[in-house]
Amino acid sequence: MRKSVLALAAGLLLAGSVSAASAADKLKVGFIYLGPIGDLGWTYQHDLGRQALVKELGDKIETTYLENVPEGPDAERAIEQLVRAGNKLIFTTSFGYMDPTLKVAKKYPNVHFEHSTGYKRDKNMSTYSAKWYQGRYIQGLIAAKMSKSGVLGYIGSFPIPEVVSGINATILAAQTINPNIKVKIIWANTWFDPGKEADAAKALIDQGADVIMQHTDSPAAMQIASERGKFAFGQDSEMIKFGPKTQLTSILDTWGPYYIERVKAELAGTWKSEDTWGGLDSHMFAMAPYTNMPDDVKKLAEDAQAAITAGKLHPFKCPVIGQDGKEVECKGGANLADGQILGMNFYVKGIDDKLPGK
Amino acid sequence: MQLVLEKRAERSNTIALVSPLIAIGLTIVTMTILFAILGKNPLLALHAYFIAPLTDSYSLQEIAVKATPLVMIAIGLSLCYLANAWNIGAEGQFLIGAVAGSWIAVKTQGTDAGAWVLPAMFVLAAAAGALYALIPAICKVKFGASEILTSLMLVYVADLFLDYLVRGPWRDPQGFNFPTTAEFDPVATVPLLIEGGRLHLGSIIALLVVAAAAILLGRTIKGFEIRVVGAAPRAARFGGFNANQLIILTFAVSGALAGLAGIIEVAGPVGHLQPGISPGYGFTAIIVAFLGRLNPLGILIAGLFLALTFIGGEQAQIAMKIPLDVTKVFQGILLFYVLACDSLILYRFKLVFPNRQVASGTH
Repeated sequence: MRKSVLALAAGLLLAGSVSAASAADKLKVGFIYLGPIGDLGWTYQHDLGRQALVKELGDKIETTYLENVPEGPDAERAIEQLVRAGNKLIFTTSFGYMDPTLKVAKKYPNVHFEHSTGYKRDKNMSTYSAKWYQGRYIQGLIAAKMSKSGVLGYIGSFPIPEVVSGINATILAAQTINPNIKVKIIWANTWFDPGKEADAAKALIDQGADVIMQHTDSPAAMQIASERGKFAFGQDSEMIKFGPKTQLTSILDTWGPYYIERVKAELAGTWKSEDTWGGLDSHMFAMAPYTNMPDDVKKLAEDAQAAITAGKLHPFKCPVIGQDGKEVECKGGANLADGQILGMNFYVKGIDDKLPGK
Repeated sequence: MQLVLEKRAERSNTIALVSPLIAIGLTIVTMTILFAILGKNPLLALHAYFIAPLTDSYSLQEIAVKATPLVMIAIGLSLCYLANAWNIGAEGQFLIGAVAGSWIAVKTQGTDAGAWVLPAMFVLAAAAGALYALIPAICKVKFGASEILTSLMLVYVADLFLDYLVRGPWRDPQGFNFPTTAEFDPVATVPLLIEGGRLHLGSIIALLVVAAAAILLGRTIKGFEIRVVGAAPRAARFGGFNANQLIILTFAVSGALAGLAGIIEVAGPVGHLQPGISPGYGFTAIIVAFLGRLNPLGILIAGLFLALTFIGGEQAQIAMKIPLDVTKVFQGILLFYVLACDSLILYRFKLVFPNRQVASGTH
C-alpha cells in the first residue's frame, strides 16, 4: 500500500515542478504547544506571546510551531523535527516536555532551548515560569470579601506544586479577611475538559460555595457560576465574555515580553542558560481588570497587587502553619524559600481536605 | 433509478488488491482539492506528507519507532478479532504492562543490578498484560459479560492506577512532586540500535512478533482453530474446537503483547514512567489491525503507513505551516476511503430500475 502511494505521489511530483522554499537568513524560532491554539487558555496565551514576538521582530525572525503535541514519546520527535528544520531557539511550553527537551538539547549543543515550568536545565537549556501564586493571593482576598457563605470552591487540575501553592496562597489571603473561611476542592485531573470542569463547578456550588476558582483552562466553570448567579475567577486568559456579571478577575499569562527579550538576546549572541521565575514585577503575568465588585474590594485588590509588585508583600510570609498545626521551616529568611514553593506538597492550616498522594 | 449495494456471491479478489490503490487515489484527489482551497501547493504538501519522511534515515527511524507499539498491539488484537473475541482494552493492557515492568526498574534504581533487569521487566510486563486481559476474558467465558465493555472499562482503571503510582509511592523524590518516576538506570533501558538515533531493540521484537504471528496463523493447527472459530463458529463446534478456550488464549496473547509494547515504550523512547505514556496506542492499534485486514504482514504495512502519516503531518506543519487539523482530516479521509473501498470486496454497486417501462416512457 505504501509503495503505491509513493508511486502515485512521485508521479504527481514529476508532473509539476517543485521548488524548495527559499531559506532566508532569518533566525528560526520554534514553539511546541500542548493543545490546539483555539481562542483561549494556556496554549493560546503562548501563541499570543509568539505573535507579539513576530510583531516586534518579524523582519529578523521566522517562527514555526507544532500544536497538540502529547507529553509522551512523541514530544522528543516533535522537538527534534523543529531542530532539523533549522530552528535555533526552541520554546517548549509545557511541563511534560522537560525530559524530551533535555534529551534533544544534549544531542544538539548548538541549538538553544527554553522550557516552560520545569526544573531541569543545561548549558543550552533555560527554564521559565511565573509566580502565579502571587495572583492567587489577590484572588483569595477578593474571594473572601465577596463570599457570603464563607465557602470557596476550587477546581484543581493536578496536585502538583504549582497548583498546591496556588491553593495555599488563596487560603492564606482569605484567612486574613475571614479566619473561618472554608474551601472545597475538587481535582478534575485534567487541564482542559469542559464537561468535567462544569460538573465540578456544579458540585462545588451545591456544596455551598459561592465563589468558584479554577486551575483548569476552560470557561465552563465561569459559565456555570454565571448561570447560578455566583462569582468566579478566570484562568490563563480573559474570560469575561463568558460571565460579564460573574468574573471578578483572571490571571493572564503574558509571555510576549519574555519571548521578545530572549529572542533579542539570541540575535545579539548573548543568550545564556538561565532560570527565570518571574512575578508581577517582571510582567510574566498580569491581572485582568477587577470587575463586579464594590470599590473597597477593588481597592484592596489593587493595593495588594501594588504591594506584591513592589516586593512589600509576600504571600508566603513566615510563619506558615501546615495542616498538621506545625510551623513550616522558614528557609527563605522572612518568607518561604523559592525552592519550598516550587516543591510545595502540603496544605496550610485551615484547609479541611487531604492532599492527594499524601 | 436507484443505486443499491448488492452482496457479491463470493469475495472479489481483484477488488481486494485494487481497493487500497483506489482509496489512496481518491485521498490524493480529495486532499489536492483541499490543499488548493487552503492556498497551499498540493504537490509540495503531498511531498511533505509522503515523500520527505522517506528520504532520510532520521525520519525512517522515527517511523519505525512510532510503528513499533502499534504493530505489536495490533498483531495481538488481530488474533482476538479473528477468533471473534473483541478485546477493546489493549490500551489498559499496555499501561499495566508498563507499570509492572517499571516496578522492577523503580525497585532496582541506583543499585548495581545486572543485565537481568531488562529481560525481567519484559517478562513481567508481558505476564501482567496477559493477566489483565484475562479478567474480561474470564468474565466473558464464565458469566457471559460483554468483553467489549469490560475490557474497555479496565482501560480507565489501569490509567488511574498508573496515575496513583507516579503521584504517590513511585514519585521521583528529587522531582519537585511532579508526577513521574526518576529516569530509569541504563540497565533498565531498551538499547538503541543506531548511535544518536531513537531506533531501539523494540522494533526488532515487533518484527519477530509479526513473523511469529504469520507462522501461527498460516502453519499451525492453533492458527487454523482461531480462524475457524471466528469464521464459522458452528463448524468449529462440530470440529471439536473449544471457542471459550480460544477466547482465553487470544486475550492472554494479545494482553501479553500489549503489555510488552508498554514496557518497551516506557523503557525505550520515554525513559521513565509518567502519565500520558500512550497517545492512545491501544485504540489506534485497532485501526491498524483492521487496516491490515487482520493479516500479520498487512498489519506491519498498515502500522508503518499510519506512522508515516504522523511523521509527515508534523513535517507538513513545519515546512508548509499546514495546521494539525488538516493532518487529522487527511488521516480521517484516508481511513474513510480505505474502509469504503473495502466494502466493494463483498458488495457491488447495482443500478435498479423499479419501473423501467414508465421511466423509459417519460424520456
